Amino acid sequence: MVVAAQSRPSLAQQDLPAPPADNAQAIIQVRELNFFYGDVQALSDINLDIARNQVTALIGPSGCGKSTFLRLLNRMNELIPGTRVHGQVLFEGVDLYGPGVDPVEVRRRVGMVFQKPNPFPKTIYNNVAYGPRLYGVKDRRRLDEAVERSLRSAALWEEVKDILNTSALGLSGGQQQRLCIARAIAMEPEVLLMDEPTSALDPLATSRIEELVTELKRRYTVVIVTHNMQQAARVSDVTAFFYLGRLVEMGPTETIFTRPREKQTEQYITGRFG
Amino acid sequence: MLNPFSGQALAHKGLGRLTSAGIMNRRKRTSTEREVIIRRFFVAAGLFSLVVMTLIVLFLFAEGIGLFRTVSVSDFLLGTAWYPTYDPPDFGVLPLIVGSAAVTLLSSLIAVPLGVGTALYLAEVAGDRTREILKPAVELLASLPSVVLGFVGMVVLAPLMQQWWDIPTGLNVFNASLMLALMAIPTIASISEDALHAVPRELNEASLALGATRWETLTRVQLPGALSGIGTGVILGMSRAMGETMVVLMVAGGAAQIPGSIFDSVRPLPASIAAEMGETPFGSEHYHALFAIGMVLFLMTLAFNLVAAWFSRRFQQKGAATL
Amino acid sequence: MSQDRRMLFWRRARQEMAFLVFRLAVLVVLGALGGILLYVLIQGAGAISWEFLTAAPRDSMTKGGIFPALMGTLYLTLGAVLVALPLGVAAAVYLSEYATEGRVLRLVRLGIANLAGVPSVVFGLFGLALFVGYFKLGISLAAGSLTLGLLILPTVIGAAEEALRQVPGTFREASLGLGATRWQTIRKVVLPAALPGILTGSILGVGRAAGETAPIMFTAATFFTLRLPSSPLDQVMALPYHIYVLATAGTHIAQTRPLQYGTVLVLISLVLGLSLIAIVIRSRMRRHKKW
Repeated sequence: MVVAAQSRPSLAQQDLPAPPADNAQAIIQVRELNFFYGDVQALSDINLDIARNQVTALIGPSGCGKSTFLRLLNRMNELIPGTRVHGQVLFEGVDLYGPGVDPVEVRRRVGMVFQKPNPFPKTIYNNVAYGPRLYGVKDRRRLDEAVERSLRSAALWEEVKDILNTSALGLSGGQQQRLCIARAIAMEPEVLLMDEPTSALDPLATSRIEELVTELKRRYTVVIVTHNMQQAARVSDVTAFFYLGRLVEMGPTETIFTRPREKQTEQYITGRFG
Repeated sequence: MLNPFSGQALAHKGLGRLTSAGIMNRRKRTSTEREVIIRRFFVAAGLFSLVVMTLIVLFLFAEGIGLFRTVSVSDFLLGTAWYPTYDPPDFGVLPLIVGSAAVTLLSSLIAVPLGVGTALYLAEVAGDRTREILKPAVELLASLPSVVLGFVGMVVLAPLMQQWWDIPTGLNVFNASLMLALMAIPTIASISEDALHAVPRELNEASLALGATRWETLTRVQLPGALSGIGTGVILGMSRAMGETMVVLMVAGGAAQIPGSIFDSVRPLPASIAAEMGETPFGSEHYHALFAIGMVLFLMTLAFNLVAAWFSRRFQQKGAATL
Repeated sequence: MSQDRRMLFWRRARQEMAFLVFRLAVLVVLGALGGILLYVLIQGAGAISWEFLTAAPRDSMTKGGIFPALMGTLYLTLGAVLVALPLGVAAAVYLSEYATEGRVLRLVRLGIANLAGVPSVVFGLFGLALFVGYFKLGISLAAGSLTLGLLILPTVIGAAEEALRQVPGTFREASLGLGATRWQTIRKVVLPAALPGILTGSILGVGRAAGETAPIMFTAATFFTLRLPSSPLDQVMALPYHIYVLATAGTHIAQTRPLQYGTVLVLISLVLGLSLIAIVIRSRMRRHKKW
């Protein structure tokens, strides 16, 4: 519906087949990833590639490790004390957990949208301008541009352009979530992580976010965690199924949903557990 | 409705199922009546603090008002001479008020950065294990009896100050402020830390996920959210310093004068009350004057506490995004 | 990218500098606390002996011990707890179990908050006017205990309310669901579950009562007495007041310095010991909560 006004021409073909391992399309390559909360192993031996300019959905029953995995992609998990990571997360070939990699820079390049909309108790404008300001953008015109561009990309501009200086907390839940997406986009990240971004929203707001996600992949790589199978089927190009801390199966969404290889995947998708 | 614990209910057990509506109705009524009485008792207990506050006001004013039969309010509040035992006596408390203000102000200048700094360290910098040791230590500082701080200021710090800076007395505004600051720091630190923790975690995550450093998250998200709590802590800390007695009694020097420098002696309001009440005949003019000082002190701290309460209500954070 | 890097370096540097300042603040605060404790320990340890703890002062308080003051403080503190604990717990039960949002609750909270902020010397004046004068208790253990009890009331209320609120709502629902009345639920379920928390929290109030000087100066404490109190209407010696007297009054201030340090050490051990116990138990309980 709303077209991102200044989006670059898409690099990826819309109907690209599933990414084979180790191809140039992969922006993130995860190798032998293990993750522990204290003594509890939450993720075991994860290997997967995330393709550029595609939407990858992570699905699986609650507690399967999909959100944990997502938060490993921008080093948010290390904010929780007592956690350990083994293995590699290669972002454009650089190990995010290698020595000398600054988590702050990682998080700038890999943005995140959370389950519950979490705008700052500031104005709409200041929410979006938060990121650019961190990076020293002070010039009002450049800030204005960034704010408008981001809000347009998040399909929120038309609704808020006249109330930019009112509190973000006055927006509806769906608007707040799109504001959070705009806020993340304003950092011009390369990857956008979304952790069940619609689970707190009503169906209408959900469908607007879903449209937005399909729109966003023209410029960004999107990784989305969802417990909603239809959502995964609707928005994603590639689907990865997690179960009990392991990656069970990953492939083109259509394949996963019509001809899954693994029995567990089939059972989950057909609603026999989870 | 029916009540398995009461003796009555147990007595009915033998009857098997309770079929008589009459019994049930009667029991219901009596137990409700009892509940109402019990409820009233607890409401009364809750209101007791209010009663005590009222009594404090009443008795302070009843005893203090006597002074104003002979001394005008303006002479009392604006008089610059406090010579209660002269003949005729002077009951001007301005020097005492200024003395209180001086030590309160200077001590908060010392205590606010240290207290807030401590809170920020505990909330943001310290690891979990460090925090678990340091927090109790700060609480321990809060429970240090004031007479001990007064003693240390008087016996240890005063002679040192006198030596170092070659001043006539080590019992002065500065020394008292240092000791008062130690009393105010735990109050400021613990309330500020609570306020910092009360800022929703999602907001911190949002900021960090945007590539902000912890410091940037602190200054741009957490501090604005915690400001009201920190303000409350600061005001309560100041109020504590202003009402504190033993430190100023032992360390401020006791001279009822308007100080010209931080190395002058002063006689803050609480010090005057504590020092003079012992030698004052019950019901004398001087006795009433000390209660009048108590009134002034009470009103000053009350004002601080009300401001603190207003502050914490006025700027309350409205949660993450649930509005 | 390299400009980004350089900027990131400065952003990090700013953070490290700020954190360093916070570290220094904590260092100063803890240094002051540690310094005071250590100094008093070193200076006072020599004075501590069996005799010091169990004998009365002699030779116009230049020799002997602090027994009457020690006992006086224990009596006063005990009396204060007897006053504050029932009142405080009852008020806390009101706040956590009965109160509903509204004008009354706001008023009650305002009362408690402001009571907590009343200067201790004003409590002393109040005790003098009400208990010593109006109720004609005279300067006595009873008057001092009542005054101290009211002083620590807000502390006890706060501790008890926190403990009550930590009892999960499901406990209450379970009991009410079985047909118990509200009061039965409170008495048989909520209070027992909250009791450890109430007691440890109250110890903090006890420590405060033991260390306060100003409220007992005109209501209970006497300069010197050989006798232990035989009735609640007797005057008592008290440790904090004893310190004040030894340090400021009399003709042998310098001579009795060791005694003063010794008394300070005893008072600190008493008060901080109590607080430490309460703090440790409380943090244990918070960590090992079973529900």
